[in-house]
Amino acid sequence: MDTTSKPQADAQDAASVREQTYPPLPEGVDRETLLDSYYQMVLVRRFEEKTGEMYQKARIGGYCHLNLGEEATVVGFCQGLEPADYVYTNYREHGYAIGRGISPGAVMAELFGKDTGCSRGRGGSMHLFDLERHFMGGYAIVGGQIPLATGAAFAISYRGSSEVVACQMGDGTTNTGAFHESLNLAKIYYLPIVYFVVNNLYGMGMRVEQGSAVSELYRKACAYDMQSWRVDGNDVLAVRDAMRNAAALAREKHEPSLVEAVSFRFRGHSVVDPDRYRDKEEVQKGREYDPITAFAARLTAAGLLDENGSREIDERVQHEVDEAVKFAEESPYASVEEFMQGLEEYVYAPGDAAVKGA
Amino acid sequence: MAEITYRQALHDTLREELLRDENVFLLGEEIAVFEGSYKITAGLLKEFGPKRVVDTPIVENGFVGMATGAAMLGLRPIVEIMTINFIILAMDEIVNHAAKIYAMFGGQCPIPLVIRTPGGGGQQLAATHSQNLEVWFAHVPGLKVVAPSTPAEAKGLLRSSVRDNNPVIFLENLALYNTKGEPPADDYLVPIGQAKVTKEGSDLTVISYSRMAVVALDVARRMEQENQLSIEVVDLRSLRPLDRETMLTSVRKTNRAIVFEEDWRSFGIGAEIAAFLQEEAFDDLDAPVKRVASLEVPLPYSKPLELATLTGAKQLVDAIHELAPRRRRS
Repeated sequence: MDTTSKPQADAQDAASVREQTYPPLPEGVDRETLLDSYYQMVLVRRFEEKTGEMYQKARIGGYCHLNLGEEATVVGFCQGLEPADYVYTNYREHGYAIGRGISPGAVMAELFGKDTGCSRGRGGSMHLFDLERHFMGGYAIVGGQIPLATGAAFAISYRGSSEVVACQMGDGTTNTGAFHESLNLAKIYYLPIVYFVVNNLYGMGMRVEQGSAVSELYRKACAYDMQSWRVDGNDVLAVRDAMRNAAALAREKHEPSLVEAVSFRFRGHSVVDPDRYRDKEEVQKGREYDPITAFAARLTAAGLLDENGSREIDERVQHEVDEAVKFAEESPYASVEEFMQGLEEYVYAPGDAAVKGA
Repeated sequence: MAEITYRQALHDTLREELLRDENVFLLGEEIAVFEGSYKITAGLLKEFGPKRVVDTPIVENGFVGMATGAAMLGLRPIVEIMTINFIILAMDEIVNHAAKIYAMFGGQCPIPLVIRTPGGGGQQLAATHSQNLEVWFAHVPGLKVVAPSTPAEAKGLLRSSVRDNNPVIFLENLALYNTKGEPPADDYLVPIGQAKVTKEGSDLTVISYSRMAVVALDVARRMEQENQLSIEVVDLRSLRPLDRETMLTSVRKTNRAIVFEEDWRSFGIGAEIAAFLQEEAFDDLDAPVKRVASLEVPLPYSKPLELATLTGAKQLVDAIHELAPRRRRS
C-alpha cells in the first residue's frame, strides 16, 4: 500500500518518518473531503488549546491529556473508518471523540463534569463515551481497552455483521500483556479489528526504545502472524488511507491488523507535565513539523485553500469552540440529591430477569 | 423432578440458556473439546458447535476483557474461569472495566456478563489452587456476587445471573459439584440479592453461604436432635447485593448470630456482617457476633494440616456451644 513507510532501523529514525517531503495531493480526491480533514484538524487543535486554558482556569479537574501535535493522526484515524464502525481509545481521546461525531459541546461539558457531558459528567477527560456514535470509550488503564475492543470485534463476528472495530493506544501500551493477549485472540478467532498504535516517541517520560525491546512497534504484530504498517502520523492522508486499507482487510477478510502512526506531542504527557525529560531542541524540532501547517501548504499548493478559505475555517472553528465552552459553562451539574437517592440505579443497569420462584 | 448433582444442575442450566437465547455463549479454557476441567460443559460443544462454546487459550485477562467487550455490544457471555485462583490474572478487566463501564459512561452501556468459577479447599490442591476470594469481588460496586449452595440454588441463580444486565461473579465450590438435590421444575429463578432461611430456629442464627451453608444446615439439624437447640440457618446465596433484611429479621428473633465462612477470617464476609449487625441490631444482640472461618495461612498440601486449616462442622459446633443461651448449653 502506498502509504506504508519502509521499515525503520530504530526509533531514532521515527523522527525521520515525519520529516519526509509530502507528495502533492492525489488527483481526483474530492475537494470537500480534503478541506474537511483540514477543518477537523484545526478544530482538534483549537479545542485542545482551549481545554488547556480551561484546565489552567480550574474549570476542568483531574488528569487531562491533550492531542496537540497529533491532529493528523487523530483525524486520519477517524476518517479512515465508516460511521457504523466502533472505536475504542486510551485516555488521550478528546480529538477522537470529536472526530467521530460527538459534539465539541458534549465533550467540553464532560470535561467540566456537567450532566450534559457525553458520559453525563461521570467519566471526565479520560472516559468519554457515546454509544449512539459507537464511540465505545476512552480508557485510563493502559491496555485496558484492548481486550474490550477485541471483544466488540468478537461480537461483530458472532453476529456476522460488517462493522469494524478500531482500537487506539499509545506506544507504551504495546508492552502490556493485554496487548499481546488480545492480538493473539484476534488472530486465532479472525476478528475484524484494527489495532492503532500512536507512537509519539514517549510513554510518559520513557523513550520508546528504552521501554520496548522492539522499537519499531508495528513489527510486534508479526508475532501473531498479523499484517502491520508504520505510517507518518503527521500526514493525515497517509493515516487515513492506512486505516481504510486495514479496515477493509478486517471488513472483507476478517483479518486483524495493526497500524503504527509515528506522531509527536507538542506538550507534556498531561497538562501538568512540565516536559523536562525532552530537550528543548527536540521539542522545537518536533513542533516545526506541524501537521496542520504542512497540510495547509499542500492544500494551498493544490489550489484548494487560500487565505480567505483558511480564515473562514479558523473563524468557524473559533465559533464552535467558544460555543462548546459556553454550553459547558451554562450546563447544570447532575443533582446531588437525585444521585444520593438513586445510588443503585447509578451503579447497576436495570435487570430483565423476571422474578419468580425462590 | 429427579435428584441431580450440582454439576448436572449447572450443565443443564447452561444448556437451557443456550437454547433460550442466541446471544448467550460460553467462553473459557478447555470448556469445549476437553469438555471442562470439571465437566460442567460436557457435551455442549457437540450440541451447539464452536460458535456458542468457545475454547480460549490461557489468557484470563484477555478473554475476560473480550467477553466484557462482547457484552458491550449486547451479547451475553458466560465465562468459565477454571478455578477462582486464576481469576486474579483477570482482575483489571473485571474490577477496572466490567464493574465500571455502566456507571462511568453515564449508564449508556450495560454489561450482561457472567463469570463462573469454582473455589474452595479440601482437595489437597495446596495454596494456589484452594482459595476463597469472594470478598475481593463482594467489595466492588458494579459487580454482583452469588454463591449457591445446592443444585436448586445453582440452577435458579445461574438463570438469574445470565438474564441480569450486570456483571455477575458466580461462585461455585469444588466440593459441591457431586452433591445432590432436587431442583424445582420449570423456569425456576432465584432472585439475586435474596437470602433464604433454610431452617427456622429460635436460639441462634447461623449465617452462611456456598458449601458452608450446607454444613451449617446439617449441623443445625443434628444439634437440634442431640442438644435440643433450635438453630436458624440463613443461606445468603448472594454476597452482593447482600440481603441485610433477612439477617436482621432472623437476629431480631434469635438475638445471637454466628457467621460461618470457608474464607480467611480477617476482612472477610463475617467481618462485614458482624459490623452490620452491631450497627443495625445492637439492642437485639444478647452476645457479640461470632465468626467461624478458616486459619489464615496459605493452605497446606499435607492432609492433616489441610484438615486443621479449613473450618468445618466441628468448629461450628464448638462456636454454637459457646454462643447458645446459657439455659440451653449442654
